[in-house]
Amino acid sequence: MTTGTVSPSGDGQQPLLSLRGITKSFGAVDVLKGVDLDCHLGQVTALVGDNGAGKSTLVKGIAGTHTFDGGTYLFEGREVNVTSPKAASDLGIEVVYQDLALCDNLDVVHNMFLGREETSGIVMDETTMERRAQETLKGLSVRTLKSVRTSVSRLSGGQRQTIAIARAVLWNSKLVILDEPTAALGVAQTEQVLNLVRRLADSGLAVILISHNMNDVKQVADTVAALYLGSLAATVRAADVTTGQIVELITTGRSGELGLAADREVLR
Amino acid sequence: MSTTIQPPAVSAEDAPERATLGSASRDYLVRVRGGDVGSLPAIAGFVFLVVLFTILRPETFATKLNWANLLNQSAAVIFIAMGLVFVLLLGEIDLSAGYTAGVGAGTLAVLLTLKGWPWPAALLAALVVGLVIGLLIGLLVARLGIPSFVVTLSAFLALQGVLLTVIGTGGTVPLRDPFILSLMNENLSPAVGWVMWVVVVAGYALVEVLGRNRRRKAGLASPSVALPALRIAVLAVLLGLMVFLFNLERAVNPAIKSLKGVPLIVPIAIVFVVVLSFVLKRTRFGQHVYAVGGNAEAARRAGINVNRVKIACFMISSTLAAFGGVLLASRANSVSPSTGGASTLLLAVGAAVIGGTSLFGGKGRIIDAIIGGLVIAVIQNGLPLITQRAEIQFIVTGLVLLLAASVDAISRRRAAATGR
Repeated sequence: MTTGTVSPSGDGQQPLLSLRGITKSFGAVDVLKGVDLDCHLGQVTALVGDNGAGKSTLVKGIAGTHTFDGGTYLFEGREVNVTSPKAASDLGIEVVYQDLALCDNLDVVHNMFLGREETSGIVMDETTMERRAQETLKGLSVRTLKSVRTSVSRLSGGQRQTIAIARAVLWNSKLVILDEPTAALGVAQTEQVLNLVRRLADSGLAVILISHNMNDVKQVADTVAALYLGSLAATVRAADVTTGQIVELITTGRSGELGLAADREVLR
Repeated sequence: MSTTIQPPAVSAEDAPERATLGSASRDYLVRVRGGDVGSLPAIAGFVFLVVLFTILRPETFATKLNWANLLNQSAAVIFIAMGLVFVLLLGEIDLSAGYTAGVGAGTLAVLLTLKGWPWPAALLAALVVGLVIGLLIGLLVARLGIPSFVVTLSAFLALQGVLLTVIGTGGTVPLRDPFILSLMNENLSPAVGWVMWVVVVAGYALVEVLGRNRRRKAGLASPSVALPALRIAVLAVLLGLMVFLFNLERAVNPAIKSLKGVPLIVPIAIVFVVVLSFVLKRTRFGQHVYAVGGNAEAARRAGINVNRVKIACFMISSTLAAFGGVLLASRANSVSPSTGGASTLLLAVGAAVIGGTSLFGGKGRIIDAIIGGLVIAVIQNGLPLITQRAEIQFIVTGLVLLLAASVDAISRRRAAATGR
């Protein structure tokens, strides 16, 4: 199926997330045609591919928004059945969506705890929430926020993205999926967010980064998984390929020795 | 969007930022410039109108009797407005609240006067009627997805018919139950008035102190003492002034019937404000109401049951409206087909919006209903003292509502413009 040549992780460590032969169809359209993907703790896996390659479908399946039609879904070595977003977050999988899903009228603390507010009795435990929010932000070395009681409407795009990411790691998550976190950001803010993504992985989480920006991918990713028309074209070490090779994988499904076998090209 | 790098400021924990009076007032100015004006225009408007009417009609407006009158006139509208705050926070509207009040009042009057029920049962029945109306509206809005504007406009028409059916062909049902009548017609004795003052001020101070201690224990930045102290002082002075004024004799001829003390509706309103504010600001449910009003999709993704929050808000709104209807009935000593009709609803929506609750959702407080309701009351009370011409009264009231909605819309635009 895939002829990706590089083993994603040389250390032989068991992957946190392991997908094998994942398929998904919407009616007559086969969106995913047997995808294999491994994600390791402490690594950023960039998921790249052109529009329609199946990135969103794959991620939504991992996060429980859709269910896969076929294939095995292994998490921490066990086969799991993720049928709802709740099931995914119970496993420790959090998704940061492109449109952020923050409430502008609430402050940073309330956004980070949205839907999972700490309570003591029937009262919200504001002090505990504020302390945990501060600890989490501090743990991620976020220093651009003046106060965690600032309303999100007064934050910059980069700061909002930071809050959304911090919210994802607040819940002892193991796998954080970021959907184009830098798409709407300026240069300096992109830098901030990418640094944060790197720190997430360095702190031991597994990160899946969906991005269209090759510079971002080259800068923070350990592994690049390129999807091409619903199949995994290749999984390569980011350091081993050039930006041009990644672009080729995205646009044609192969690049020299890498990628799908030539005969598959005919099937297109 | 700004692309400048924020200076690498020290994190909040390294140097707890103390909110001093100076920094608090600076923060407030930033908020106002950013479009978050809160209750400021309403308070300014209230002071302006009181001064204006006092200068124009010192012998009729600024009398002790009229002050009590003004409060009683506005009470029902304020209670309906407190309920509407929940619905407005979602970004929805309840146009049927006025006639929900009417149906609640009609239920109460019929059960008390015609069926001879005891007042607790009749009052409970009136509130349950409100609850059921809210449940139906909420289900239609949340489950079927019909815009609340349409659902509640239909309910507005239908409930008029229900009210007519409930009170029957007699036209007007009188109300004689002493307890229900006392709600809007009794006063606290002067001594009890001062006890209320002590309880409220001490209670507020206690909450401030406890909150401060908890934050300090958790090692969080706590605001300076000056700010809460100032808030407590302002509350003590304003409430004390009110108790003092109401405790003066205000009867035209005290020899016949003495008339003094804080109207009973004041402590009732204070209890409602405290309980409802607690629900909105301190409970998960309240937090979810703000979240749904701010970004319903974000709330849904965060695992909040958006439909349930919506239905609950409509139920709270309609139940409070029914209680407002009880107050209308208590004040009028009767229920007629026009109870809760005419401008009741618009005044209630106006009260909430003038107080600073946004029509766009996500922003508002219970206290807004009180502040805005008092502004409305001053206009409703003061204008007829200046001109008897109904057409001018209608136009002025309409313009004031429009002004409040404009302030809301403009501050929203400013907020969008300054939010990066």
